[in-house]
Amino acid sequence: MLNPELKLNEKLFDADVEQKPTRDGYGTGLLKAGEENPNVVALCADLTESTRTEAFAKKFPDRFFEVGVAEQNMATIAAGLGISGKIPFIASYATFSPGRNYEQIRTTIAYNNSNVKIAGHHAGISVGPDGATHQATEDIAIMRAMPNMKVFVPCDALEAERATLSAVKISGPVYLRFAREKSPVITTAETPFRPGRADIYWQPSGNGKKADVAIVACGALVHAALLAAKELEKEKITAYVVNSHTVKPLDEDVILKVAERAGAVVSVEEHQVAGGLGGALAELFAKHRPIPMEFVGLNDTFGESGRPDELLEKYGMGRRDIITAIKRAMARK
Amino acid sequence: MTPLHEGRLQYLEELSNKIREKIIEMLLAAGSGHSAGPLGMADIMTAMYFHILNHKPKQPKWPDRDRLVLSNGHICPVLYATLAYAGYFPIEELMTLRKIDSRLQGHPHRGALPGVETTSGPLGSGLSQAIGIALAAKLDKAKYRTYCLMSDGEHDEGNIWEAVMFAGKNKLSNLTGILDRNNIQIDGYTENVMPLENLVAKYEAFNWHVLEIDGHSMPELIAAVSEAEAIYEKPTLIIAHTIPGKGVSFMERDYLWHGKPPNKEEAARALKELRTLGGRIRSEHE
Repeated sequence: MLNPELKLNEKLFDADVEQKPTRDGYGTGLLKAGEENPNVVALCADLTESTRTEAFAKKFPDRFFEVGVAEQNMATIAAGLGISGKIPFIASYATFSPGRNYEQIRTTIAYNNSNVKIAGHHAGISVGPDGATHQATEDIAIMRAMPNMKVFVPCDALEAERATLSAVKISGPVYLRFAREKSPVITTAETPFRPGRADIYWQPSGNGKKADVAIVACGALVHAALLAAKELEKEKITAYVVNSHTVKPLDEDVILKVAERAGAVVSVEEHQVAGGLGGALAELFAKHRPIPMEFVGLNDTFGESGRPDELLEKYGMGRRDIITAIKRAMARK
Repeated sequence: MTPLHEGRLQYLEELSNKIREKIIEMLLAAGSGHSAGPLGMADIMTAMYFHILNHKPKQPKWPDRDRLVLSNGHICPVLYATLAYAGYFPIEELMTLRKIDSRLQGHPHRGALPGVETTSGPLGSGLSQAIGIALAAKLDKAKYRTYCLMSDGEHDEGNIWEAVMFAGKNKLSNLTGILDRNNIQIDGYTENVMPLENLVAKYEAFNWHVLEIDGHSMPELIAAVSEAEAIYEKPTLIIAHTIPGKGVSFMERDYLWHGKPPNKEEAARALKELRTLGGRIRSEHE
């Protein structure tokens, strides 16, 4: 059942659930951040509308810098602003930033410990028809491996807004990952967002804490994980679904607790299984509690053009694939 | 900015020579590092920290300080030696360059050592960071100026030209670039590796004000920096023509000295040359 304490959207399993892209949450969050803090500035590399930087740019033209199609320059200018009292947010597609400008981010933002917030948009395979060149599927791995960097992958537009706002309060570099496509709104205005904390969205009903499996997901696929858990109820399979919106630092306590109670884990993310959330979880379990684990994500392959739903199915990240992975993990107990 | 009077100029030239000696000693102790670039930039670095920059070595984070961003971080021995002589940290610490637990990293790291404004080493990223600092100054209506020291070789990098475009577009008059035009890079002479000329025309085409100076003439540098301060609506580039390896005859103008340190015998010869100004005076060490 849904965790009642988190006041999630009661309509989230309905066919007419409200759908919004997480990038919209970046746009509203950035605007609010700008209103709350005069040191917040924004930069964009010729993608102001699609990264939803537009509202900020219109409201605060003096605090917005258009750098043109130059992601390396965007990152390094932001690095200079971030060591001079400003809180720069830089936005582009994740394949270009942190893709194209990896070294600039590493040296001038992460190692330099500059207070820059990096918004990677159009992440994941659900970018769709643009094809694999524009589908960022290694960005979590790249950013997670970088010292000083924190990594957030919000599950819906509301959480995306909260993650954006919370990044202002974090001193130092932050990576925020957003998707292009609409996805169901899972949270509500009352749902808490605590950076660094993983939230249990779905749990076994009744007083028994044991479950058959723990699904740990991030991004819009949290919704698919919830659908899978709900469907398995019919087969009397009990599950935890954890939204690990903070991929770094991982909430080790909550994740180890649910893993312990379930005895099997499935990771779900729109990213390569190597190095992403699944990789982070595997590192955690190998260190503290070896456990049967299955990975839902891209398996060392690039995507292609297609509709988002077609792509998620073809590349093994749909609800059916999650259910299959759950059963595989349970069988290995 | 006040011009240099004769006595002060002589003092600063002696100081920059002392900094060159220290660079040789540091590189010998470190056993690795770059020789030619640091020696070539000793005069400019000395003039910057002892005459041009508005700064307080005992308060390295003083908000109103002028910023000096070293883009080509590999010439950091000259930055470190100058910072030490300016009073940012003890001169004795210079001998820890590149050694374990040292604050003097092989390439400069912000936060590791007082006075180092940015982390650098990977080439082509300094000008953009200087732009970010200059933009912050404009937003804050702060008076400090930002200087970016760059190499010629790093102008092979696309990031530099992205930055040049941006600074021109945004008319960053509080930003001054100083380009160490020493004509060498690791693989050879710049015009053979990847021709850079016409640098003046290129920068001017991007809406910069461009000046050319003898990079070993402190009065010329000071005059150029003063002119840059008076230019509105444009960033200024000062192309400083320098001699790589300046002051050590067997290193001068030889690209093979770009990326290696002297051995013991070479260091002794270099120090003797520097201490006698190439044999023109007697060394106090003799």
